[in-house]
Amino acid sequence: MKKLLFWILLAPSALFASEAGYPLDHAPIDPRDLLSLQSGARTFVNYCLNCHGAQFMRYNRLADIGLTEDEIKANLILTDAKVGDTMKIALQPKEAKAMFGVAPPDLSLVGRSRGADWLYTYLRTFYRDPKSPTGWNNAVFPQVAMPHALWTLQGEHALKVGHGGEEGHGTTEYEWVELSKGEQNTVQYDTTVRDLVNFLVYVGEPAASDRKRIGIVVLFVLGVLFVFAYALKKEYWKDVH
Amino acid sequence: MASRLMALWDWFDARMPTVAEEWRKHAAEYYAPKNFNFWYYFGALSGLVLIIQIVSGIFLTMNYKPDAALAFGSVEYIMRDVPGGWVIRYIHSTGASAFFIVVYLHMFRGLLYGSYRQPRELVWIFGVLIYLTLMGEAFFGYLLPWGQMSYWGAQVIVNLFGTIPFIGPDLSLWIRGDYVVGDATLNRFFALHVIAIPLVLLGLVSAHILALHDVGSNNPDGIEIKKKKGPDGHPLDGIPFHPYYTVKDLAGAVFFLAVFCAILFFVPEVGGYFLEYNNFIPADPLKTPPHIAPVWYFTPYYSILRAIPPIGVSQFPGVMAMGIATLILFFLPWLDRGAARSIRYRGPIYKSALAIFVVTFLVLGYLGTEPTTVWGQFHPAEGSLFDKVLDTKDVATWVARFFTILYFGFFFLMPWYTSIDKCKPEPERTT
Amino acid sequence: MDKARRNLIIATSAVGGAASLGVAVPFVWSMWPSERAKAAGGPVEADISALAPGELMIVEWRSKPVWVMRRTKEMLEDLKKVDGKVTDPTSSVPEQPDYAKNEYRSIKPEVLVLVGICTHLGCSPKPKSAEDKAEMGAEWGGGFYCPCHGSKFDLAGRVYKGSPAPKNLEVPKYTFLSDTKILIGEDKQSKGA
Repeated sequence: MKKLLFWILLAPSALFASEAGYPLDHAPIDPRDLLSLQSGARTFVNYCLNCHGAQFMRYNRLADIGLTEDEIKANLILTDAKVGDTMKIALQPKEAKAMFGVAPPDLSLVGRSRGADWLYTYLRTFYRDPKSPTGWNNAVFPQVAMPHALWTLQGEHALKVGHGGEEGHGTTEYEWVELSKGEQNTVQYDTTVRDLVNFLVYVGEPAASDRKRIGIVVLFVLGVLFVFAYALKKEYWKDVH
Repeated sequence: MASRLMALWDWFDARMPTVAEEWRKHAAEYYAPKNFNFWYYFGALSGLVLIIQIVSGIFLTMNYKPDAALAFGSVEYIMRDVPGGWVIRYIHSTGASAFFIVVYLHMFRGLLYGSYRQPRELVWIFGVLIYLTLMGEAFFGYLLPWGQMSYWGAQVIVNLFGTIPFIGPDLSLWIRGDYVVGDATLNRFFALHVIAIPLVLLGLVSAHILALHDVGSNNPDGIEIKKKKGPDGHPLDGIPFHPYYTVKDLAGAVFFLAVFCAILFFVPEVGGYFLEYNNFIPADPLKTPPHIAPVWYFTPYYSILRAIPPIGVSQFPGVMAMGIATLILFFLPWLDRGAARSIRYRGPIYKSALAIFVVTFLVLGYLGTEPTTVWGQFHPAEGSLFDKVLDTKDVATWVARFFTILYFGFFFLMPWYTSIDKCKPEPERTT
Repeated sequence: MDKARRNLIIATSAVGGAASLGVAVPFVWSMWPSERAKAAGGPVEADISALAPGELMIVEWRSKPVWVMRRTKEMLEDLKKVDGKVTDPTSSVPEQPDYAKNEYRSIKPEVLVLVGICTHLGCSPKPKSAEDKAEMGAEWGGGFYCPCHGSKFDLAGRVYKGSPAPKNLEVPKYTFLSDTKILIGEDKQSKGA
């Protein structure tokens, strides 16, 4: 019993030994920043929508982020899709699988399944890897089948992984080395990714801003109702005892 | 106008006096103890959540498609294209978890005040039947969104039935309607979730309440209020359910709805506990997620299942343990030999046992949400006795085993420790 | 019952009633057409560059057949002769947008746009040219004939007296995007619906 207690107390330190993976950065997104969302929409349509669909997202819903139907048609629909259509792509899963080994997943809900921090870190940690089929690898998602779609913006990097400390109880150290420059510097690229992630989170749940707004009204009404209901209870319960 | 309405009511009452009679019997003249406290809100709240789930469920079925190729998309259709659809979806997902929170607290009240004791054993039995039926309802419902967790959770649980000796594999095949969880499974789970089990639930809830009203409610002091009646024939410590408890439950319900709406409108996912992140990925029969866990309300039993080591390759001992862990609840009225009904008058032994049980349930519940590696490994010296004997070195598994023993101990040792417990004398009147 | 108690009941019921209405809103609202239904019901383009005089083309809009016909000068002149034989010669009943409330029931006289669904019980009438006197009678000047219950319409979609159908054929909202392209279902004043 005592030995078991001893091990239980010691257990928390074991947390640090487990493979935590690459530490995620916090995504500094602001869902109320319409310009950020619009920029993210543009990046998405230009760099992602070739291979990844967003089959549950309708083009005309982008009115949410401050765009008119004409703006959407002019800047964001690069195919013959109508503005009421969803962001489907022509690439069929079978062909995609042949090209990449695995079909690029639909991104309608990636903001909810992976989360903003994961996406923000993932899109900024691609590195050159001659051993991989695409020539690219990723620190957050090792052996990912996706090449660095945004490499022209970020440029190329290499990653050196070092292990400090004794085996099983040490920390992993990551060292990034720039191999070539992209069109954007680090700050610009981080902003581009931030806006793209902001957009993906919005696409994951377009009703989110409505939800929060309506929630405030609902809680207020329930608060008022509670005051009356409680007063009513107290009034009747004067009879008791 | 008022007299017209009165005349209409009189016309109706003359032809169906049952309505007024039942109203009197179950509300206006049902004398409930006047000392109901916080723990007594949860029965009415359970009924409220049942109604919430039925109404939101009906509107979901207006747009949901129970077809493996269309189900996931139809849920997103509800979230995005159906006007106000996201509210209805979140009501139903929040309601599912709220149902179990409320039901667990309601059951805990039973443990606190001995509500399952004679003459209310049947009320308790109907209650446990409701609990098991609710677990089935939640299990069938969870497959419907057809996400990764839906699919693989169903696959795992149905395979558990496959471990039952002799009949196992055929039973699993019969439940699934196919060799793996698929469209056939989805369609039948839809039928069970939407109509079959709700009807059973409504029937069981009615039986539960009728059985209660026949013997009268228990109370935090655990005494029988019917023993002391006044000159009018009503219990001295009783008050009519209507208007006193209707008005009190109304306030309680409004407060509950405020908490419910706070979750729904601001944190509907609750960190992945109410809406799991992996379930936003469509079901993929070829890709098992790295970590499958049931929804939080099943996790205490899941912990017990995982804690029991397999015999050979069969997980049947764990399945058996999990089954016994739920079914033991039926026997509570006969396991408890305490002299006092309510915890207020019990001795220190029962109080400690119950406190330990609460911790046990919470720890097992937490461990069930995580992989068994969550607290790391023991590192016994190589070649030592421990190294040879330990079938697993995961710390969490050994902790789960410890608490599993405590869980079963609470029930199986109860006849012994409740009879040696030194209780205080119960009062004559409610306090 | 004393005043305070009754007032509290009324106040709580009032706020409770308002809250209940609020709860009902998303449920009732959810039954209106969804975004998918609205997108599928969106306007449709028709290319009339190859439409010869006298020819009729059928375009599907909101799962309904819409007829686009290039009428000849003769057809347009013959319309006046039928004024006395139709129930609603001046299109007083609102079965058309304002810009089609004229003698030709169209924006441009030559191009007729009609929803090809009989205003009686919903069958789709058949076009019957003026030459079809054997079937339609010597007086027939061309138009449409509904096989279900025998309603007749002229070349502006106006219903003949004596037909079971009560109203002229509906003219949908439409607009010319160019001389050869029509957008059916939408016009410049109001988009959609």
